[in-house]
Amino acid sequence: MAFIELTNVVKNYEKGSEVVHVLQDLNLSLHEGDFLALMGPSGSGKSTLLNLIGGIDQPTAGSVVVDGANLDNMSGSQLAKWRSATIGFVFQFYNLLPFLTAERNVELPLLLTNLRGSQRKENALTALRTVSLEDRAKHKPGELSGGQQQRVAIARAIVADPKVLVCDEPTGDLDRQSAQEILALLETLNEQFGKTIIMVTHDPLAAEHAKTVLHLDKGVLVESEQAEVSA
Amino acid sequence: MTSVGFVWKNLYRKKTRTFLTFFCLFIAFLLYVALGSIAVVFSIDTVSGELGANRLQTSAKYSMIDDIPKRYVDEISQLDGVELVTHMSWFGGYYQEPSNMLVTFPVNPSTFFRVYPEYEISDEYLSAFIETRRGMVAPIAVVEQYQWKVGDIVPIGSQIYAQKDGNYTWEFELVGYYTPDQEGQTAVLLQYDYFDEANAFGPGSVGWLAIQITDSQLGPEIAQKIDSMYINSSDPVRTATESEANRQFLAQYGNITLMMSGILLAVFFTILLVCGNTMAQAFRERIAELGVLKTIGFNDYGLGLWILSEAVVLSVLPAIFGVVIGMGLLVAVGSSGAAAMFLPTPPMSVVLSTAVSSIALAGALGVLVGAIPALTTTRMSIVEAMHA
Repeated sequence: MAFIELTNVVKNYEKGSEVVHVLQDLNLSLHEGDFLALMGPSGSGKSTLLNLIGGIDQPTAGSVVVDGANLDNMSGSQLAKWRSATIGFVFQFYNLLPFLTAERNVELPLLLTNLRGSQRKENALTALRTVSLEDRAKHKPGELSGGQQQRVAIARAIVADPKVLVCDEPTGDLDRQSAQEILALLETLNEQFGKTIIMVTHDPLAAEHAKTVLHLDKGVLVESEQAEVSA
Repeated sequence: MTSVGFVWKNLYRKKTRTFLTFFCLFIAFLLYVALGSIAVVFSIDTVSGELGANRLQTSAKYSMIDDIPKRYVDEISQLDGVELVTHMSWFGGYYQEPSNMLVTFPVNPSTFFRVYPEYEISDEYLSAFIETRRGMVAPIAVVEQYQWKVGDIVPIGSQIYAQKDGNYTWEFELVGYYTPDQEGQTAVLLQYDYFDEANAFGPGSVGWLAIQITDSQLGPEIAQKIDSMYINSSDPVRTATESEANRQFLAQYGNITLMMSGILLAVFFTILLVCGNTMAQAFRERIAELGVLKTIGFNDYGLGLWILSEAVVLSVLPAIFGVVIGMGLLVAVGSSGAAAMFLPTPPMSVVLSTAVSSIALAGALGVLVGAIPALTTTRMSIVEAMHA
C-alpha cells in the first residue's frame, strides 16, 4: 500500500443553502520520500486537499490513509495526536507566535511530548541548527526577515521529527532569493532526511524543486508527472 | 517552556492592556475586601456576645447625645429582675491634639467592671481606680501607644465638657490598665465622680445606662417597664437589649450594608465587563494562532483549558494583591484610634473570611469571563480558525 492513499475522495462545503463541490472523486497515491508540488488556480481545491492529507479536515466521502492510519475514522483528539506525531506544517505567512522567541516557537510542538525541558530545548536548537538559524534562537519573529521566519517555521515543523511535511505556499510571501533558500532547504529535508513533502504552490519555479507535480482544476486532478495518480 | 509559562507569556504579550486590566481588578478587589468587611460589621452584632444577652441599654428617648438623670440608676436598680446598673457618658476626649481622638467614658468604677466582666482588670488597679478621685484606666494598647506609665498625670482634652473654670483640658491620673475582650477596643475609662463634680454643666447627669438583668428572657418585659416609668417625665428613655441598641447606633449611619452592597455590585458588574471585554478582545486577536496550535497537534480541550486558565490568572492574581493591600488598610485603620472611632473595625475573622470569598469570587469571575472563549476554542474548526 502507498504511504499516502486517497481513494474516491469527495469534499463538499455548505455555504448557506448552497453546496460547494471542492474535490470530486479524487484518487491519489504517494510513496514515502516523495516531494509533491500541487499546482492550480485559486479555488481549485489545493489547500483543501492539503488539509485532508494533513488531517485537519475530513472528507465528505472516500478515504484518506496516511502512513497506515485511516483518518476518516479518527476523532478530533485522535487526529490532533496523530498530527503532532506524523505531520509538520509550513504556512505561507509563517504563523509563528509573535510573543515567543524563535527557540520557544520551535519548542511548541514538543510540549505535546513527554520530553523534559532540557531535552526539548536541545531538540529545538538542533532544529534551528538544521535550518541554519541557531544564532537567532533568542530573537522574536518581529526581529527576523520573512525568509528567516519561514525557516523558523520549518524548524518548528520538523522538530518532532514527523514523516510528512505539508507546506501551503511556503514561498508565497518571500522574495526570489529567500524563496530559493527555502526550497533548497525543503529539498535537503526530502533528500537527506527522507521527509515526504506535499507542497502547494502557484510558482512554476518552485514546483521545479519537487519530484512530482500535480495540477488541480475545479477539484479534479488534470495532469500528472511521475506520481501514481488517477482522477 | 511549560504550559504554565505559555499561559503567562500570553498574558504578558500586551503589557499595557494586561497592566490596565490588572490595575482595574486590583482596585475592585481592594474595595471589595475593605468595604465588604465593613459591611459585614454593620450587618452583624459583633459587640454583644453571650454576656451581652443579659444586658439592656437605656438612653434618652429622642437622641443618644441627650443625657439622662443619674438618679435613674438607683430607681432602675430597684426593679425585679435587675441585678446591677452602671452608667457611661460620652466625653469626646482627645490627647494633646484634637486629631488624637480617644474613646473616653466617665464610668462608675465600682459597677462598670461587674456589668462588663469581659473587660478584665486586676484587683489592684480596680481598687486604685475606685479610690483615686481623678483616676483613669486604659487598655494596654493605648497605654503603649502614648507611652504612658502608671502614675502619670495625663491631660485629656474634651470637645464637649469644660470644667467649671472654663478649661476644656482635664487632668487624670493613670492608675492602671485593663484588658478589653476584643482587639481594637480602645476605650479609656475615667472616674465619673470627678467628672460629675467638675464639669460646667453641673452634676447629676449620665449618658446612658447598662443594666445587668438576671434572665435574658425578662429583657423585653423589663425594657418596657423602664420606658413606662419615665414616659411622662422630662427625660423619657428608650431601652433595648444591647445588641438592638448597637444595631440602632450603627443604623444612624444609614443602611450601610445596602449602600456598600450597591457599590460592590456596581464594581463587580464593571469589572465583569472590563475583564470580559479584555478576554474577548484577546481571544479575537488570537483565533488564527489557536488554529495554528490546533494544527500542530494541541487538542481542543487542552487549548480551551489554556484560555480558561488565562482568564482565571488574570482575575485571581490582581485579587490576591487587592486582598493583601485591602487587609493592610483595614489593619491600619484599626490601629488608628480616630478612624476606628467612627468606622467600626472588622475583626480579623471577618476580614479573613472576606479575603477568602474575594479570591473565590475572583476565580468564579475568571471562569465566567473565560468560559465562552474557552468553549468557542474547543468548538472552532481549524479551517475556520486559519481563515479568521
